[in-house]
Amino acid sequence: MGVIRTEELLLNVGPQHPSTHGVFRIIVKLDGEIITEATPVMGYLHRGTEKLAESLNYTQIIPYTDRMDYVSAMTNNYVLVHAVEKMMGLRVPERAEFLRLIVMELQRIASHLVWWGTYLLDIGALSPFLYAFNDRERILQLFNELCGARLTYNYMRVGGVKWDAPEGWIDKVKAFVKSMYGKLDDYHALVSGNEIFLSRIKGVGAYDAETAIAYGLSGANLRSTGVKWDLRKNEPYSLYDRFEFDVPVGRNGDCYDRYVVRMEEIRQSLRILEQALEQFPPEGETMGKVPRVIRPPAGEIYVRIESPRGEIGCYIVSTGKAEPYRLKFRRPSFVNLQILPKLLVGESMTNLVTILGGIDIVLGEVDC
Amino acid sequence: MQRFWDDPVSWEAAGRYALVALALLAVVIVFVTYAIYFERKVIGWMQFRQGPNRTGPLGLLQTVADVAKLLVKEDTIPAKADKALFVLAPALAFIPSFTVLAVIPYGLNLPFADLNVGFLYYVALSGVTTIAIVIAGWASNNKYALLGGMRSAAQMISYEVPLVLSVVGVAMLTESLNLRDIVLRQEGYFWHWNVFPQIIGFAVFVVAAVSELNRTPFDLPEAESELVAGYHVEYSGFRFAFFMLAEYVYIYAIACLTTILFLGGWNAPFPQLDFIPGLVWFAFKFALIVFSLFWIRATLPRLRVDQLMGLAWKALLPLALANILLTALGIEWLG
Repeated sequence: MGVIRTEELLLNVGPQHPSTHGVFRIIVKLDGEIITEATPVMGYLHRGTEKLAESLNYTQIIPYTDRMDYVSAMTNNYVLVHAVEKMMGLRVPERAEFLRLIVMELQRIASHLVWWGTYLLDIGALSPFLYAFNDRERILQLFNELCGARLTYNYMRVGGVKWDAPEGWIDKVKAFVKSMYGKLDDYHALVSGNEIFLSRIKGVGAYDAETAIAYGLSGANLRSTGVKWDLRKNEPYSLYDRFEFDVPVGRNGDCYDRYVVRMEEIRQSLRILEQALEQFPPEGETMGKVPRVIRPPAGEIYVRIESPRGEIGCYIVSTGKAEPYRLKFRRPSFVNLQILPKLLVGESMTNLVTILGGIDIVLGEVDC
Repeated sequence: MQRFWDDPVSWEAAGRYALVALALLAVVIVFVTYAIYFERKVIGWMQFRQGPNRTGPLGLLQTVADVAKLLVKEDTIPAKADKALFVLAPALAFIPSFTVLAVIPYGLNLPFADLNVGFLYYVALSGVTTIAIVIAGWASNNKYALLGGMRSAAQMISYEVPLVLSVVGVAMLTESLNLRDIVLRQEGYFWHWNVFPQIIGFAVFVVAAVSELNRTPFDLPEAESELVAGYHVEYSGFRFAFFMLAEYVYIYAIACLTTILFLGGWNAPFPQLDFIPGLVWFAFKFALIVFSLFWIRATLPRLRVDQLMGLAWKALLPLALANILLTALGIEWLG
């Protein structure tokens, strides 16, 4: 009997696939179920945000940022208005800055909850997804009360925020923060110790700190390797230098560490929220003194902040007109995704889902 | 004891058999319909959801509507599929699922076929479904289906071994593979049920059975997040319904089998409670197992392929073998 001839299987995963979290496509070469080569294909959701921005004035660009990372629209809003404010040297009223910080931290929790739920769904557990979305719903409800939108908020403006907090809103956030601590403990009890879950993610998709830095990773993807780098601490923006919080880091850089880091970040965000809500100024302006037409002086600027997914940056080149000459977003999802082909070689199809989910991408941001 | 299959061959007897078989078919179909409803409701409640509640009172007609929809759906066969095998696979999957029901005794006088090798018959026929799944995966000419089919073959063959070995202990205690005799041996108080002397066997059996059912945490052949739908990704309409039907009929069968082998079948937990009909006890234990299966699905994540194999060969198989040894020693020393 001759030797059985075997050949590699070329498998197209996506752009319609339950675990690519949107329209991401990856072409994998399979030897049995082991991946020998992986080629990501992206761009299915490209909308030309940066090019469109060149013919829009700065206020008009804000809704476009909502649609980049649609799971974390508040931080996207902030990076743009923050860049413009820095360019023009505007002062933002304290109450507005507090509101911004509160919504950004709420958004971070909401974003991590989406990640947690969908990640567990990828791994095959159905229920956590619904628990996570239940809590996220409460955050969206709070946002809805604040600015009338659940997903694409268009909340921040250059120089402040569009809407002041309605009466009783701060108390509702306080109540949410209080109950979220308990929920978080529940989630740890439900999932974090599960033997099957741990065996699925421990040691999977590991890389070291040098690799992470070489690939430009940021956020939990970087911190899972033990690098203590959080822009809220290292380059404080907004009011983050006023609050006490820790930057959780991992050690092995595997999916488990990324899980632990993200879950702990929820707790740290709750801590920040607790302090911010305590110090929230009872009254004040929510909009600073801003010229009617926003014309940043000629020049360029790059600002970066910590989004739930990592370092989101905004680069503006201005010629002194009402529209930017060039606008560029550094999207953490896009950069973090670059390590994927390297991580996938030698892994099984199952681990593809685990590793891709662990990176935490949002396709709206990858393909901006 | 007069049993209906001892009757002389006649048209009347043949008619009676057909009627009884139809009655069983009706019971199973109703079970499947409402097991799906029940599963969706139970998991819905566990997930802060309502579950189906729109079609009919309390959503009771949801599954009926779903089946009606599947019936009228277009029956597509992919252009490059192996047509003959593609058509054969769903039938091959669901026929054995019904035939295994023949040996299940629901009460002392309610077995349909009193086979001496009842358990072996079950295992042998249910193995055919594995072949159907592999055929479905292959014939679809779809890479995801193929991966699902291959996984299924590896998984179901691996888990059949501990499944059978875990029951050897029960067979040794009973000195029979006849399912009716196995139940009769468990008469008396509930500590006479096999689940207590055979606790290791029971544990191995339950894990292997969940795996045989392709249910969470062993639902790898149709792992949605990886393989989209696995082996039945190309199936639509009623061919797809056949696979789902087979899956739920196996839930029915496995729940019956667990009740019979380990939970004393139709026996009451205390002889004092014998005035309640055996069928009620049987249904109660059966429902408990079905509920547990749904409960597990709402709770656990999925295993990885290599871990699945490791669990079967490195954990379940040695445990099942140890159980046989312990049972043998127990019989030798304790009588």
